Amino acid sequence: MTFLNSLISGLSLGSVYAIIALGYTMVYGISKMLNFAHGDVIMVGGYVSFCLTMYVGMNGWVALLIAMVVCTLLGIIIERLAYRPLRGTGSLAVLITAIGVSYFLQNAALLIWGANPRVFTSLFNGAETIHAANGQLTITPESLFTIIANIVIMIVLTLFVSKTKAGKAMRAVSEDNGAAQLMGINVNQSISMTFAIGSGLAAVAGVLMCSAYPVLMPTTGAMPGIKAFTAAVFGGIGSIPGAMIGGLILGIIEIFSRAYISTELSDAIVFACLIIVLLVKPTGLLGKKVSEKV
Amino acid sequence: MGTVLTVENINVYYGAIHAIKGISFDVNRGEIVTLIGANGAGKSTTLHTVSGLLRSKTGDIEFLESSIAHTAAHKIVSMGISHVPEGRRIFQGMTVEENLQMGAFVAKKDRIAHNLEYVYEQFPRLKERTKQIAGTLSGGEQQMLAMGRALMSDPELLMLDEPSMGLAPILVDQIFEIIQNLNKAGTTILLVEQNAQMALSVADRAYVIETGRITLSGTGEELAKSDEVRKAYLGG
Repeated sequence: MTFLNSLISGLSLGSVYAIIALGYTMVYGISKMLNFAHGDVIMVGGYVSFCLTMYVGMNGWVALLIAMVVCTLLGIIIERLAYRPLRGTGSLAVLITAIGVSYFLQNAALLIWGANPRVFTSLFNGAETIHAANGQLTITPESLFTIIANIVIMIVLTLFVSKTKAGKAMRAVSEDNGAAQLMGINVNQSISMTFAIGSGLAAVAGVLMCSAYPVLMPTTGAMPGIKAFTAAVFGGIGSIPGAMIGGLILGIIEIFSRAYISTELSDAIVFACLIIVLLVKPTGLLGKKVSEKV
Repeated sequence: MGTVLTVENINVYYGAIHAIKGISFDVNRGEIVTLIGANGAGKSTTLHTVSGLLRSKTGDIEFLESSIAHTAAHKIVSMGISHVPEGRRIFQGMTVEENLQMGAFVAKKDRIAHNLEYVYEQFPRLKERTKQIAGTLSGGEQQMLAMGRALMSDPELLMLDEPSMGLAPILVDQIFEIIQNLNKAGTTILLVEQNAQMALSVADRAYVIETGRITLSGTGEELAKSDEVRKAYLGG
């Protein structure tokens, strides 16, 4: 039973990574930049939701919606103020700016909410835990909902990107920014929309993660951010299904390492697996081979 | 007649490199105008500047009597200039149909079906391959797709950059035939070519660009006969 229980925890944790990884992978796909501040948007989403439920007494689900709106706007503002002015300068400048934005968000959170860890009230407070197989198998409502949410998000996003005009425009910009402009696509708008979607999803991931692991600190987003970035690379950065597969595999490896090998070594094992995958397949599991344009 | 495009004294730089040094030319309605010249002379740069992907430091570019020198590239498309870039640059990962849909990004909704029919009429080959991933098309088909995609926005002016590049002679003939057909159907064409012979044979007027400057201009026929052009571009 440990196996099944671990599998469910792994899928649940992996689903959180997958939802975060989407933000990395979509932003990378469209603007070829690594948005290292993405992890901290998760933390902001967590705090917004925390404050609304704790101090305003709002329903958790309404708070989640508002957190999504706040993070969506935050994503758009970050892109507009920090990254857009640097577009067309080298990728190194943007990378360093992203790290700067990450520290800015963490320190802003430290100023606003202080360093003390806050205890997050689960979105599913009061919901029953499912017990099966004579009580040996437990499925928390957090796990169940996170796994379902991940699947729904993947399906909706895949349909959006393959069927809608705006989604196809995003793919066109990902493939060839210049050619997309020659089609009449407003590249700035497409990139803005990508940041908006990624950041809105980060809020969902933040609330789901804090529901399962209820400690909220200004650095809460940093480690899951790095892990999700790893997941995106693992699955093949730029690929939406890749983010999902990478996230799930990473979550499962992490939980199984904790259960069967060593809690302390679990992160090391996760990253060792990443290195092995990249050695065998440098573009990640589902990554496409990109031929650099000269 | 009437002038469709007027380019007036543009200067374009790549960092410190002065790529375009005061080029001026114009294109009249219904014409095929060609810019010929050696590799690196500035032909493609000129087209990129017209379509707004690059900016000129001086001068002006007028399209249908309004200045587009400072207009964003994506808006220039909706004003009626379509640019088929060098190397085709179709969206490799998308299907033929999706590429054409992208070409219709700024087209009016009620015109899209009509435009699509027109493109399929000009390029029947594309119609057979609507669901095929564009990256798997042959070179000639990719060129057709790039041109078809550009036509989906119903352009007043079609700019073609090296449409014959890398194609077998028989395909080059086919592409040039299509260019003439499009022109007869009412599209004004600005053509950039290294294949000067082909370009001059279809062009109403032509300009020769050398290291960022226009050195010669005249009708296609005049230039085809000119000694300088024959020596430099037509192999004697």
